[in-house]
Amino acid sequence: MALIYDLAAQSTQMILVLSLAPLLLGFTRKVKARLLRRRGPSIFQPYRDLLRLMRKEVVLADNASWLFRSAPYLIFAATWVAAALVPTFATGLMFSWSADLIVITALLGSVRFVLALAGMDVGTSFGGIGSSREMMFASLAEPAMITIVFVVALIAGSTQLSEIAFHMLSHVELRVSYGLALIGLVIVAIAENGRIPVDNPATHLELTMVHEAMVLEYSGRHLAVIELAAALKLLLYVSLIACIFAPWGLAPHGADLRAMTFGAAAYVAKVAVGGFLLAFFEISTAKMRVFRVPDFLGAALMLGLLGTLLRFVSGSF
Amino acid sequence: MPLTVTLWSIGALLGVGALGIALASNAAASRVVYGLCFGLSIILFVAAVVPRSAVALTASFPLGLPWIGAHFRLDVLSAFFLAIVNLGGAAASLYAIGYGAHEKHPSRILPFFPVFLAGMNLVILADDAFAFLVAWEFMSLSSWALVMAHHHDAENRRAGVVYLLMASFGTAALLMAFGLLAGSVGGYSFADIRDATHGPSWKSGLVLALVLLGAGSKAGLVPLHIWLPLAHPAAPSHVSALMSGVMTKVAIYGFIRIVFDLLGPPEFWWSMPPLTLGAITAMLGILSATIQSDLKKLLAYSTIENIGIVFVALGLALAFKANGMALPAGLAFTAALFHVFNHSLFKSLLFFGAGAVLNATGERDIERLGGLIHFMPRTAFLFLGACVAISALPPLNGFVSEWLVFQAILLSPSLPQWSLKLLVPAVGVALALSASLCAGCFVRAFGIAFLGRARSTAAKSAQETDLWSLSAMSGLLGLCLLAGLIPSYLIDTITPAAKAFVGGHMPTQGGIPWLSIVPIAESRSSYNGLLVFLFIVFSAFFAALIVRVLGSNASRRGPAWGCGYPDPGTAAQYTGSSFAQPIRRTLGNVAFVARDHLEMPPPGDTRPARFGVEIHDRVWDGVYTPILRAVDFCAGQLDRTHFLTIQGYLGLVFATLVALLLVIAIWP
Repeated sequence: MALIYDLAAQSTQMILVLSLAPLLLGFTRKVKARLLRRRGPSIFQPYRDLLRLMRKEVVLADNASWLFRSAPYLIFAATWVAAALVPTFATGLMFSWSADLIVITALLGSVRFVLALAGMDVGTSFGGIGSSREMMFASLAEPAMITIVFVVALIAGSTQLSEIAFHMLSHVELRVSYGLALIGLVIVAIAENGRIPVDNPATHLELTMVHEAMVLEYSGRHLAVIELAAALKLLLYVSLIACIFAPWGLAPHGADLRAMTFGAAAYVAKVAVGGFLLAFFEISTAKMRVFRVPDFLGAALMLGLLGTLLRFVSGSF
Repeated sequence: MPLTVTLWSIGALLGVGALGIALASNAAASRVVYGLCFGLSIILFVAAVVPRSAVALTASFPLGLPWIGAHFRLDVLSAFFLAIVNLGGAAASLYAIGYGAHEKHPSRILPFFPVFLAGMNLVILADDAFAFLVAWEFMSLSSWALVMAHHHDAENRRAGVVYLLMASFGTAALLMAFGLLAGSVGGYSFADIRDATHGPSWKSGLVLALVLLGAGSKAGLVPLHIWLPLAHPAAPSHVSALMSGVMTKVAIYGFIRIVFDLLGPPEFWWSMPPLTLGAITAMLGILSATIQSDLKKLLAYSTIENIGIVFVALGLALAFKANGMALPAGLAFTAALFHVFNHSLFKSLLFFGAGAVLNATGERDIERLGGLIHFMPRTAFLFLGACVAISALPPLNGFVSEWLVFQAILLSPSLPQWSLKLLVPAVGVALALSASLCAGCFVRAFGIAFLGRARSTAAKSAQETDLWSLSAMSGLLGLCLLAGLIPSYLIDTITPAAKAFVGGHMPTQGGIPWLSIVPIAESRSSYNGLLVFLFIVFSAFFAALIVRVLGSNASRRGPAWGCGYPDPGTAAQYTGSSFAQPIRRTLGNVAFVARDHLEMPPPGDTRPARFGVEIHDRVWDGVYTPILRAVDFCAGQLDRTHFLTIQGYLGLVFATLVALLLVIAIWP
């Protein structure tokens, strides 16, 4: 019985992230439009887009290889697994121990690896430019993420997200290194999801684009799966920030149904706040030049390194 | 028993070398020689991994120096490295059965290949300084001969000279290190060195420096790495694989044997040179790899990066061991050996892939390849697998060792020394940076060489490689997958070595449910590659199924979209150089003083625009050029003594005599 209950909680989490991801995207777009005094599309528009794309025919480039055709599913699967491993409404789920925060970071690295290769498969210059830039951003964003993981893990004494969330819940305190890690993580999240000011998710046909350039050759169901993966990645980062820095409401391991429902409600509220802040941030800044991005990410890396050094020097920071 | 079998097999390998000379003119010679090497390597591998008691086996022969004899010993560490060497050797031999058929001058390779294998095996078994150094030289010189196999190429000749110089320098450093270890008593067997009282702190520091010079130059530690990207690509590909995948590991074995075993209990500052040099090596290696366009050179630089990672892990193990932290020391040591094993697998596989491409197209330059995934689909798949593994991406094996290193770093705040507290986080960042750069480097290597459209007719007419090569590569990829999905058994294999050499070890992993790995405690960290892999496979199929049910199945082929500017030419594709441009501009600026030059003629001028990249090798310019200049200067000065009169020479002899007599008179 307990096993079935655990399994059900784990599956609920997988389905929850999958179904919430497009909603977060739609919500962010709506808020952004409202803040710009436009009406904006319905918050359910991303679901309709996905369904529309899925029903369309796929047009493959003449020289697209098997890698190009299988990449969308691999990208989606790895992102989904990573997103489902971040505690959303409850900690200590059945398979939460199978991967820690470093593994989740690295899984996103695998996703990026496949995506960058898919961008280069057809051999257009747009795909290459996207892949090249994505790998440059990643070469700074990933170590920045690792240093942030170091900070958090050194505070909580664990790299397991469930344990970290539990530690944060039981030791509510203000620390310098928390602040450094939070700012760093937000910068990494913005860069990894290609949001303003690093990349503009709404542009096409622009030489500055990164993510959209890599997926330019995709169409139909392949594009739908990739878009869903991108939405999942955004949700993953919002859940990650919520889980580490605002773990309130998370149901502990083995909690009853009521605690879980409360946790889910708290989670939805946290995601909504995250989406609102993201939209607000995006309308208040302009996109930066590509070669300014390394400075932006370098700041995150330095913040993470500073936080790690502080933790190494003394446990009280 | 295993030691006897091992020594007989090594003897047989030497015999195969002689057979190689005898058969060299025969058409079937290469198959016979490589087939025998394969069989003997398998026997040696089995002898190394067969379960036995933890007591070391020893043997001695009345060979070598009369008052020492030749001692051989098989303990847990040598068994582990023996397994790595012979796994790599077996794979290279199997690959060469197919690959060697394309060799134009087999007689330049066949005699040396088995001798090279035998030399590496002997280094690992040697139990006295003399046998160790002789085997080390055997390994160096036979590999030098293999590097010179294609000596008609001027670049290969230069590689040979540089390699020979660096190898002799390394051996000289090791010779002096053993001299210091043996002391004035002259006990050159490892047992005597172990039993001897350990000298003062400055002496062990000197030995450590000499070992870093000797073993580090063989392994490719910056700034002693300069020969490696020249020599490894110059050799035939199966030899490149052995040199990069296996010989560098023998050098690491030498480092571990001397520093962790012979040198006595460590002091904390011993860990700082390996940590610092390892971090610099990792960063510089991968940055250099990212800007290379020669596929084999790129792989050689990436070897340097991986050596850096191993040295960082070993440095951590030393720091923990010196502070008596047994469990973290065991973790770091396990991570180092795990990475040694991993790297020997995927680097061999990558060199095999590069060799297959070289055979099929005659090209090593990725700028002239492209689209090979269509012409060599199996090679492309296997090469891709190795790229994923080396980029430390889950669920393959490269990630596991990297993850273990990170876990060890997370334990280091409890180190008491301030210098280490400040050094280790910086090293950790360098490691993370090199891991993510590595992913970029291999996206570039695979994307430019195998994806896109063919950039030359040679690439367009490429054919899939032979079955021998494919089976060797598949075997290695299978092992990579296995080591990535169920790392627990490999960790348990390393445990006895960790117990013997750093006094601590990770908890036994074999009995943990679901085959997870747990470095310290489940509440701290755990990883289950198998489960993550199964989840990904399941989710991918689930997604494909849902899409099939809900969406359309139709697809058609058309010209590439390319934002409405489809370009039929292949020159407009992204090149390796343009892919590396962002890295060159940001980090390369610091590391290589990289500059892009664009020469654009004014409008109306019909000259073509030209683009050039200027790269400076700081190590070469900063370290080796001054040394070479100094040597040249001294040689120039001494040259004058060649043109003295007879009185001058007599005066010189007299002056020397007086000087020597003065020394004797003044010496206390």
